[in-house]
Amino acid sequence: MTSILRRKLDAGNFVVTAEVCPPKGCDCGEFREKSHALGKIVDAVNVTDNQGANVRISPLAPAALLLRDGIEPIMQLTCRDRNRLALQSELMAAAALGVTNVLALTGDHISFGDHPGGKPVFDLESVQLLQTIAALNSGRDLSGARLHGSTSFYAGAAAAPAAEPFEITLPKLAKKVAAGAGFFQTQAIFSPDCLARFAEAVHPLGAKVIVGILLLKSAGMARYVTNRVPGLKVPVDLIHELEDADHPLDTGVAIARRLVAAARPYCDGVHIMALGKEELIPDILAGLARDDDHD
Amino acid sequence: MIVSKQKPFTEILATLEPVSRIFLIGCAKCATVCKSGGEEQLWQMQEDLTAAGKEVTGSLVIDEACHMLRVQRDLRSKGEQVKNAEALLVLACGAGVQSVSTASDRLTVAGLDTLFLGNIRRFGQFEQRCSLCGHCILNETGGICPVTICPKGLLNGPCGGMDEGKCEVNPEAECAWCQIYQRLHDRGEQAPLSAANPPRDFSRNLRPGSLKLEK
Repeated sequence: MTSILRRKLDAGNFVVTAEVCPPKGCDCGEFREKSHALGKIVDAVNVTDNQGANVRISPLAPAALLLRDGIEPIMQLTCRDRNRLALQSELMAAAALGVTNVLALTGDHISFGDHPGGKPVFDLESVQLLQTIAALNSGRDLSGARLHGSTSFYAGAAAAPAAEPFEITLPKLAKKVAAGAGFFQTQAIFSPDCLARFAEAVHPLGAKVIVGILLLKSAGMARYVTNRVPGLKVPVDLIHELEDADHPLDTGVAIARRLVAAARPYCDGVHIMALGKEELIPDILAGLARDDDHD
Repeated sequence: MIVSKQKPFTEILATLEPVSRIFLIGCAKCATVCKSGGEEQLWQMQEDLTAAGKEVTGSLVIDEACHMLRVQRDLRSKGEQVKNAEALLVLACGAGVQSVSTASDRLTVAGLDTLFLGNIRRFGQFEQRCSLCGHCILNETGGICPVTICPKGLLNGPCGGMDEGKCEVNPEAECAWCQIYQRLHDRGEQAPLSAANPPRDFSRNLRPGSLKLEK
């Protein structure tokens, strides 16, 4: 099975992705409804893995459910909760069920989540997880043993373009590409300058860049993100714009639309983080010339 | 050295609830430096236990409580006082407690929590720099250990949570990888980090560790 996301990116199409958080529990009804609505708008749906170190259903099952519904998943996989054996067996299981895209993540630290007393694993980290995926793709496990059938994952990685000092994050991005990352999905970006700097540094590495666009719903949320989320800083003028707005959500959509337009020349796609307002994604994408149709 | 901290007195007292006569043991090395099990703490413990209605039959500060033969010998030298006690309260690291529990048939009670192998910043301030992981990569990382200083133990650079050179887990702390890159940069070195570090070989520190020096 081959990744449609990869096919589109390789063909030079501009892609749109978004994420849906799987349920805390085994009832995936709402997850499927949300994803179904999203699937009509985006090229692939990210399925998060114990997001923010909070326990949820393993992304494997929801990713497989998406496939059943005809939606292409990007299964996120973190190293926080699984050792190298568990990561490999999870990847093989995902391949067997038809998952083709994996976003390899180290994962937020366990102290942020709902089980802060648990043991964080970090047996591997993102670069090594990418190497592991490459090994499985070549038909071998991490110890070099031959597998009964190899995987054919399209592997991606995360990037934080606004993190400072930027030059210190670069060697790791290069390692990620060298380890097999075909695409980056980035943290939310608010400044076209920062994006230009990132694109200039990353494009020579040869990976596709899918830029994170966060829908700012209010000035309060923008301030919260700035103060509380590592690596995210909403510029003051955007916060003022939201403060002065009669309808902050509309303004947030307008800002996101501007950011998408600013990002367009530098990237291969956008990853929209609408945080429950997924129905607004078409508005955010309005005006964007798309090169392909969604099926 | 091994950094340790006294358990809350109420917790120690609860563990000692079934006994009334207690012999106290401290350690002259790490627990003394940590002020968790030296002479002073033993005196204080004796005072507190007495006030709580317990009888302290005697006390002993062992030169190195981790030294099993020495513990055996020193306990023998306090024969009567140890024999009169129903329990031995040990204010030493976990290794010291187990030297004692191996050397004596008395109930052995641990009075400290053993925290980490620590460097001494200044008197009374300890920092973990080494995790005893069994495989030093300090020669490649400018002498700064990311296995210990990065809360995720990352081997290939900072995580996505690094910002302004600070750590995502503790924004007061400097990101280990920022320190490493800075130090290597200052020395004009960079090459050793351009290739990815492979997964750690955890078989090098499988527990329990043991080492026998060849003659």
